[in-house]
Amino acid sequence: MSTVFGQVVKRREDPRFITGRGQYTDDVQLPGMLYAAILRSPHAHARIIGIDVEAAKRAPGVVAVYTGRDLAERMGSVPTAWIPPESDLKTPPHRALAVDKVRYVGDGVAMVIADTRYAARDALDLISVQYEVLPAVVNQVEAMENGAPVLHAEAPDNVAFHWQIGNATDEVFAQAEVVVRHTIRQQRLVPNPMEPRASVAQYNPATGELTVWVTSQNPHIHRFVLSGILGIPEHRLRVVATDVGGGFGAKIAVYPDEALVAFAAMDLGRPVKWTEDRREHFLVTTHGRDHVEELELAGTRDGRIQAIRVRAYANMGAYLSTAAPGVPTILFGLIVPGPYTIPYVGVDVYGVFTNTTPTDAYRGAGRPEATYLLERMVDLYAREIRMDPVEVRRRNLIPADEFPYHTPTGLEYDSGNYHLALSRALDMADYDGFRRKQQELRAQGRHVGVGVTTYVEICGLGPSQVAGAVGFQGGLWESSTVRVHPTGKVTVFTGSSPHGQGEETTFAQIVADKLGVLVEDVEVVHGDTARISMGWGTYGSRTTPVAGSALAVALDRVLEKARRIAAHMLEVSAEDVECEDGRFYAKGAKSRSVSFQDVALQAHLAWNLPQGVEPSLEAQAFYDPANFTYSFGTHICMVEVDTDTGDVRIDRYIAVDDCGRVINPMIAEGQVHGGIVQGIGQALWEGAVYDEQGQLVTGTLMDYAMPKARFFPNFETAFTETPSPHNPLGVKGIGETGTIAATPTVVNAVLDALAPFGVREIQMPLTPERVWRSIQEGGQRS
Amino acid sequence: MIPQAFAYRRANSVAEAIAILQEDSGAKLLAGGHSLLPLMKMRLANPGTLVDISGVKELRGIQRVGDEIVIGALTTHADVAKHPLIRTHLPALAEAAARIGDLQVRNRGTIGGNLAHADPSSDLPAVALAYDARLTVMGPAGRDVLAAEDFFLGPMVTALPDGQVISSVAVPVPASNTRSAYVKCPHPASGYAVVGVAATVTVAADGTVEHARIGVTGAADCAYRAYQVEEALVGQTASLEIIRQAAQYAAEDGSIGSDVYASEEYRRHLCCVYTERVLRKVLL
Amino acid sequence: MEGSKCAITLSVNGTSYTREVEARLLLVHFLRDELGLTGTHVGCDTSQCGACTVLLDGKAVKSCTVLAVQADGCEVTTIEGLGRIDKLHPVQEGFWEKHGLQCGFCTPGVIMTAAGLLNENPHPTEEEIREGLEGVICRCTGYQNIVRAIQYAADRTPEVEPEPAVEVAASAPTGGAQELTRQEGEDA
Repeated sequence: MSTVFGQVVKRREDPRFITGRGQYTDDVQLPGMLYAAILRSPHAHARIIGIDVEAAKRAPGVVAVYTGRDLAERMGSVPTAWIPPESDLKTPPHRALAVDKVRYVGDGVAMVIADTRYAARDALDLISVQYEVLPAVVNQVEAMENGAPVLHAEAPDNVAFHWQIGNATDEVFAQAEVVVRHTIRQQRLVPNPMEPRASVAQYNPATGELTVWVTSQNPHIHRFVLSGILGIPEHRLRVVATDVGGGFGAKIAVYPDEALVAFAAMDLGRPVKWTEDRREHFLVTTHGRDHVEELELAGTRDGRIQAIRVRAYANMGAYLSTAAPGVPTILFGLIVPGPYTIPYVGVDVYGVFTNTTPTDAYRGAGRPEATYLLERMVDLYAREIRMDPVEVRRRNLIPADEFPYHTPTGLEYDSGNYHLALSRALDMADYDGFRRKQQELRAQGRHVGVGVTTYVEICGLGPSQVAGAVGFQGGLWESSTVRVHPTGKVTVFTGSSPHGQGEETTFAQIVADKLGVLVEDVEVVHGDTARISMGWGTYGSRTTPVAGSALAVALDRVLEKARRIAAHMLEVSAEDVECEDGRFYAKGAKSRSVSFQDVALQAHLAWNLPQGVEPSLEAQAFYDPANFTYSFGTHICMVEVDTDTGDVRIDRYIAVDDCGRVINPMIAEGQVHGGIVQGIGQALWEGAVYDEQGQLVTGTLMDYAMPKARFFPNFETAFTETPSPHNPLGVKGIGETGTIAATPTVVNAVLDALAPFGVREIQMPLTPERVWRSIQEGGQRS
Repeated sequence: MIPQAFAYRRANSVAEAIAILQEDSGAKLLAGGHSLLPLMKMRLANPGTLVDISGVKELRGIQRVGDEIVIGALTTHADVAKHPLIRTHLPALAEAAARIGDLQVRNRGTIGGNLAHADPSSDLPAVALAYDARLTVMGPAGRDVLAAEDFFLGPMVTALPDGQVISSVAVPVPASNTRSAYVKCPHPASGYAVVGVAATVTVAADGTVEHARIGVTGAADCAYRAYQVEEALVGQTASLEIIRQAAQYAAEDGSIGSDVYASEEYRRHLCCVYTERVLRKVLL
Repeated sequence: MEGSKCAITLSVNGTSYTREVEARLLLVHFLRDELGLTGTHVGCDTSQCGACTVLLDGKAVKSCTVLAVQADGCEVTTIEGLGRIDKLHPVQEGFWEKHGLQCGFCTPGVIMTAAGLLNENPHPTEEEIREGLEGVICRCTGYQNIVRAIQYAADRTPEVEPEPAVEVAASAPTGGAQELTRQEGEDA
């Protein structure tokens, strides 16, 4: 193995970004381009009585105005692409523009096309819509009550689906020594990638070709779905998403907006651009989380967890977004037992329609929810049996010799050494020392606390057979094409669609490692359906394990062919050729060698190829993984609470993660940093709040608190490396671990700090006021 | 987000700005634009005309005039925060200016614009109250001076008459035995003060508090003076106990508000906590 | 209503441009849509995220909250003009070296903010750097490597002369310079 794999290599994507030469969707400028603006409902629930667009049509610069009625017959419904089995899922139509009724603040009502951004925006103010306002419901538990406002006739009880799994029975709980019961709410979050969503569409009526630039994590899924909505043949549709400014799940979904823009470009025969502003992002781009969970944990007095049972009410918003039903079911329920040997698990999930923005995947998607509830329950259980929470975890973690491990929910964990990650993190944190110091500080009236999370994550979303079995209406394999040019330079075409994760670099490292070429001689192409045959995109910590493995397989094919050509050139048999650092040698005769570049040239010249070998040097792989793969680790956080104000200060944060073999430690660490900050964001600051009328109260970045630099200390990170046996690279995902682990780690640390006040629960985000109130209401110091 | 169209006029002097304001009642002044433009982009403010006064040189700069420090209305927060006269004589103002918004905002936002806008969560009104600042206002009838104390009337409502221009802010140079400070609980998203408290206190040689002025922002519908805190301090010898007792009155003189981030009860509590903190800084 | 059109002349990355623009045109849209300088991004519209940060006469400002007419007569530096790929500004270099970016969208604004910060304070402490980043939001990196990147740049900035003393006498026409020493003002 060469030294490129596992080394810090500076990112190859950076030069264009640090000099302002990236090309994000809103940067696309086309001759004759028009601009779209979308009028959105100011009401959470209302009947549309009438729309008058005449004044807008006459406004300067306006080219066209469309309403839902104009489009009803000309565009299909926006579909849901995940239908969990046996869940009685309802799929009421989701029109690109509302026709009779609006169901959330932000629901599209009309679209203006004008010759400038400014004119399009101005014309929105000239459209007059007559609404009959209806009662709204924003809370999922209330939406299930009798008499609640009904969003869709297809779901008269507002239940979009009901999904169950598990083996935990009432009897298990009845017989348990200890049962801990608790209800928690995991609040709604707004993904807020810094690049707003945008779309540009260009249509050539003569060829029938439509090109759509769109902020997408999965351009091929966008092509697939858009072709259905628009009725344009897939081979006439090109979707481009090369530079995408973050997604965090919010750019998986296919939204009405990009379909509208494409429709307008086709209808008008001119390019059209639409870019949401941040306010629209808050209102329209999918939100994440929003669960109410009733929880039960059964265990013994000596710290053995026997069962965990969850009834979750997941707020789906007004419509079912693309992947939404899979998030609170498959991606959540299956991982509820976490890293522990819990024999009985029960998960019962209701997905509920409400008059709110649709929810869908948000970094971690289901797995943070499962980890949060489990880690909170483990801490409550530890408190109940008066055992140190770390000791409880030690007693329940799956031992290293029990892999592959089968969970009661049907997963097979591939590999792991959970105890090792835990002990490494405890050492880094000096956990025992902290506990001693905590006692001293408490005596001085200072309140410090520590939270410890041990987690496991489903990542590497695939294989396709499983995708089918769990109701995902797509495949989860990945494609890779390796094209070696005559000079030996390499272009890789990957079906994954990185948007910040750094695969232009790590994939080049995989190539360099396998072929012995320089990283600089590799170009990684992604995010363009015209250049890449097929792909399922970047989400679910799948890019490295699935697309990276596809690349590894394609590289093996290239290498195999190169070896045959080299053997021919060296006049030995292929079995007698050795390959090292980009040269092919005749076995036992090191002086006789040809370089990879020599082979590449001969492959293309094709003057003298071995019999049966085709010219050129290119291979393609369509890789379907053998199974999911499972990253894991331990995170520890230490906080101090200012009991006068309720402010929480993070003093230390330690993360030990295991994502199998690490390709580039710098990039892996960066993923962990970002994930931690997002996870802490949920714990302490972020929350989408609706009022009872369905207005989003925290609807701008002036109200919705995103993590900022000054909120954090430096994080202390480390990796253990337990290779995955499931894929040729031994890798697992690292994009979501931080987010999954950080939220319960911080919340548990704060609750640990406040244990002397008897505080057992604080609703996230743990704002200073909530912390302060919990102290006021928590009772006397014990 | 895009503002509505407006007519744009540039004024080269205060007199010219006043003349435009007189002839066009829909006109608004534009200085740094960091209070007005965000509202216009959200179309919450839609003035027909903007009068750009940013080029009026007479409105810039900081100087000492007699017993006052005079700050031109167009002076940016960044310039206020780092000016030696301010840092030396008016440390609470330097501190507050240095914590407005962020680096970029401080490079554009101006002291005059900030005070005229009178956002109830803005930092400067608290300091203006604590220092007994005077606002020089120019109008068609000439100049007038308004005390900060009489200036802030409600959320984004001030005593500034229509069609007039704040030209400068004058702050009496505090006596040598006066200390001042500003402390703030920033909103995690906007950076505005959830509660901000500025205090100036003068302590006699024998240790008794001769004089105290406390300005509170963020908590109420507009910045207010915490008279009852001041009364509880004056004549006392400063001690932690006295400070704690006085700070309990911090919310009594404002009409304390509530929002999604902080309830009235919590804001009242924060008023007391931050008043105690600022007093500990200046008195202990 | 009909808005004003204004002729403006400004220098952007060393090139002078004269254009007639709508008075309400935001500087960021002028840069992006009129000049095609798309490195400056729009992230939030409410002046929080800082993705639109440029240098205006050497100072970091948010170009989504500045009208193009307000930049008349000024010098604007955007990310495209800060350094070239073969001659990067130390902050750009630091971001590349220290993995200070992931998706890259906020990056131009963060780099310009950092450049503005270092113009004012060439050798900031870590705390000053984190405070200096108050006006930017990065959703990807967790900031730690951004802080490292700025430290990298600061380490490569030569020590500068102490700031020249301000001429107190000139700005205190009626008082005396001795006034300055009389007060025990403490920095809060």
